[in-house]
Amino acid sequence: VQADGTDGNCVTFVLHDEDHTLGNSLRYMVMKNPDVEFCGYCITHPSESKINFRIQTRGSLPAVEPFRKGLNDLMGVCQHVLNTFEVSLLPQELRD
Amino acid sequence: QGFRVDVVREEEDALEFDMVGIDAAIANAFRRILLAEVPTMAVEKVFVYNNTSIVQDEILAHRLGLIPIRADPRLFEYRNQGDEEGTEIDTLQFQLKIKCSRNPQAAKESSDPNELYINHKVYSKHMTWVPLGNQPDLFPDADFRPVHDDILIAQLRPGQEIDVLMHCVKGIGKDHAKFSPVATASYRLLPDITLLQPVEDEAAELLQKCFSPGVIEVQNIKGKKVARVANARLDTFSREVFRHESLKNLVRLARVRNHYIFSVESTGILPPDVLVSEAIKILMGKCQRFLNELDSVPME
Repeated sequence: VQADGTDGNCVTFVLHDEDHTLGNSLRYMVMKNPDVEFCGYCITHPSESKINFRIQTRGSLPAVEPFRKGLNDLMGVCQHVLNTFEVSLLPQELRD
Repeated sequence: QGFRVDVVREEEDALEFDMVGIDAAIANAFRRILLAEVPTMAVEKVFVYNNTSIVQDEILAHRLGLIPIRADPRLFEYRNQGDEEGTEIDTLQFQLKIKCSRNPQAAKESSDPNELYINHKVYSKHMTWVPLGNQPDLFPDADFRPVHDDILIAQLRPGQEIDVLMHCVKGIGKDHAKFSPVATASYRLLPDITLLQPVEDEAAELLQKCFSPGVIEVQNIKGKKVARVANARLDTFSREVFRHESLKNLVRLARVRNHYIFSVESTGILPPDVLVSEAIKILMGKCQRFLNELDSVPME
């Protein structure tokens, strides 16, 4: 993970060993944040597996915050999906 | 947040379930992970001691790699980068040793190879597990073998033999497709068919024929035949209805935006519900990895 940018508000994260799988879902989670003015990702070259993930925030919020929040939110969604899925696998009698 | 998962159909190797209230990005992430990032065990290195069959060494090795191995990948570790030998926590060893010979009891004029030769077809059931190190103690009840016993690997004639030793390692589908645990994993959106105006009589019959069977139901209300959408889920969206001028404006075809119908078909290594759970955990693991990196790397 590397970051560089003009000031704390717009940061480009370079995520290694990642592709659309994490990039698109993370972008979706970060976009839900109202503080984020711009969020996008791109794959620099298809032969290299790394993505450029850019976040620009409104106001003076450091860009790391929406990134961290997006990751946490994505984990929360996954956990919720996992719980719901496992509950739905149980037979009808065990549910209540 | 209004999210629902319903398991529709569950068979031994295939699972069909619905996810409602999720977004396309996350549904696609799950599908991609199911295909390419859930780890399995597969044959990686084949040590050929003797191969006098007509199947070339590399073709034989390629075929052996594609055979699904019934071994829970969660019990094993990944092999380290430069490690050639393989230790007992990351490698499974299999042996295939078979020799074809002529059957002395065959009838004089028979031409059936099943009768003439012994062991002329090499199946995956001839692969035997060779425990390494303390593997017999670690897995006392385990029975590591290929998922299917009747995969034909090669054919032999008398005098030919195959003697190979195979190392199985843990890998992911991104590296090589043989490590993919699903035969296929796909999703589609639930179709949403609305009839803009009531459709009656012959038009109703025609409408029923335009869609897949079971989608449109023609009911008899007060002596007139009226069409009704019975089960939109079965539709394959062939858009046949737009070819008929009379019906084109009466129907609106759309998709329900956040109702995904997932269909996961496993190769038999792990049951499909376990595969989906593993995929979700892998996505969580990826997020956790970046969170840890964020915390450990100081921001300038």
